[in-house]
Amino acid sequence: MINIALPKGRLGEVVYDAFEKAGYGCPQIHENSRRLIFESEENGVRYFWVKPSDVAIYVERGAADIGVAGKDILLEYEPDIYELLDLDVGKCRMAVAAKNGFRYDAGRTLRVATKFPNIARNFYNEQSRDIDIIKLNGSIELAPILGLSDVIVDIVETGTTLKENGLSVVETVVPISARLIANKVSYKFHHEAILALSEKLAQCMQKKSEESK
Amino acid sequence: MEINQSVLKTEERAMLSLRGLYSQYGYAQFKMSKFEEYDFYAQSKNFLRSDSIITFTGASGKLMALRPDVTLSIVKNVKGNPPQPVKVYYNENVYRASSDSHELTEIMQTGLECIGDIDLYQSAEVILLAAKSLATIADSYILDLSHMGFLSAMFDGAAVPEAARPALLQCISEKNAHGITAICADAGVSEENAARIARASVLYGPIGDILPQLREMSIGETADAALDELASIHTILCAAGCGQNIHLDLSIVHDMDYYNGIIMSGYIEGIPHAVLAGGRYDNLLEKMGKSGGAMGFAVYLDQLERYGTDERGYDADILVLYDETSDAEALMRAVKMFCESGKSVRAQKCIPEGFRYRQLLRMRDRGLEILETND
Repeated sequence: MINIALPKGRLGEVVYDAFEKAGYGCPQIHENSRRLIFESEENGVRYFWVKPSDVAIYVERGAADIGVAGKDILLEYEPDIYELLDLDVGKCRMAVAAKNGFRYDAGRTLRVATKFPNIARNFYNEQSRDIDIIKLNGSIELAPILGLSDVIVDIVETGTTLKENGLSVVETVVPISARLIANKVSYKFHHEAILALSEKLAQCMQKKSEESK
Repeated sequence: MEINQSVLKTEERAMLSLRGLYSQYGYAQFKMSKFEEYDFYAQSKNFLRSDSIITFTGASGKLMALRPDVTLSIVKNVKGNPPQPVKVYYNENVYRASSDSHELTEIMQTGLECIGDIDLYQSAEVILLAAKSLATIADSYILDLSHMGFLSAMFDGAAVPEAARPALLQCISEKNAHGITAICADAGVSEENAARIARASVLYGPIGDILPQLREMSIGETADAALDELASIHTILCAAGCGQNIHLDLSIVHDMDYYNGIIMSGYIEGIPHAVLAGGRYDNLLEKMGKSGGAMGFAVYLDQLERYGTDERGYDADILVLYDETSDAEALMRAVKMFCESGKSVRAQKCIPEGFRYRQLLRMRDRGLEILETND
């Protein structure tokens, strides 16, 4: 039995569909219920929905053998896991944004508001830039508007929220998409099962992207 | 002195068995101080598994550190350049960030080091002892081997620029084939070479199955020499009856500045992290001004804390209740009798909150009365 942690929400549903198409379906999951764990004896899988930012923790600590997590979460928490596949869904980018017309002032410490302090720190460390990180948990776009920070480092999908608030992208930090991750020890002890799943899923995703072209 | 095995925790039992195993192969125990001067670690920071070191000011005003690693101290204390290998084992606590919480913690570690002229036999013996260490702890185990020589030959052959190597190694350790392809493309490595690196890092399985696949890649002489070494070791281990649990995994990556030859990582089914790590570290010796070879490994016993033991069942087999009128001498006789029959027994006036016992007895004038039996 392979334990699979899926991120709650739209991305998780898209990813589950791919698992189902790859032959790892679990019909119970479509029943509207309050259950947390769904199991298919036949296909040898057990799914559970967790908060997207927790998937990596479940996998790193072995509560789930594999899982699906956004690259943003992997870069932020740097879990010790295998990253087996780029699923090419949930695509967006991690970007630096600021008020329209913003220019970097090299003579001052840059104040950066973000939900992803580790990513922001690594990004600016590479540029040897002196920064002041302001960790926020939501509504990051407010920070530059109210003068709390100079820039924000956040996920940008369409850019509509930024636009409506008079903000724009200054530069891209890294492109983001969902990744199939595995616990390093589970991978070794259930190697064949995990490899088979990963390969079938990869074929499925490829077919899907070819169809969309 | 007889030891009652049932009172030992999993990690304590493992520690005692491992000490027995290492002594059997002629390794001598090495005991060391808990502190070292901080400078000593600062020079070899990359060798340590984590950056964080607990420091404090010593009596003489020097900055001291709580030992985050044992190998460095052992290497420092090996006198001169011994031609004959020095073989030591240790059982010490180290202080560093845990692999679970990433917070600083005390980690019980045991392991061994073989320093001096390391020939094929010595390498095979260290790896055999690593496999036997895992087998001591559990039946279902895997010892992964890799070879730093193969990886660096592959990098050199593909002309991977120095600047791109750390990020590439990170991706290799994640078996992240799409990441490897992207980094190689950025660094100007040819597609063919990138595909080769990606393929090598995702290969996994019993060493006998994987070696031929790596040979087919024909990376070059240095790489072939690394594969030859792995093949010879594998033959010896098979002859010693330990071959089937040894796998090959090039994604185990240790710091290239310190490790040069075979490296290894050990796993036990049911424990989500590696419980054993080690390898050949001639480069560390050289950095510390010594010549010769060195190989060793550590077993992280702290990982075993939750392994194999269900929640503790009973606090004591028997709980004996007594009151002011009870005869203390008779009570002592009763307790002694239970102890001698191999049972654990606790005597007191009332039942402690949440206490779990198999049998509840009360001391009466005429003897012990059974009040309750749980089984």
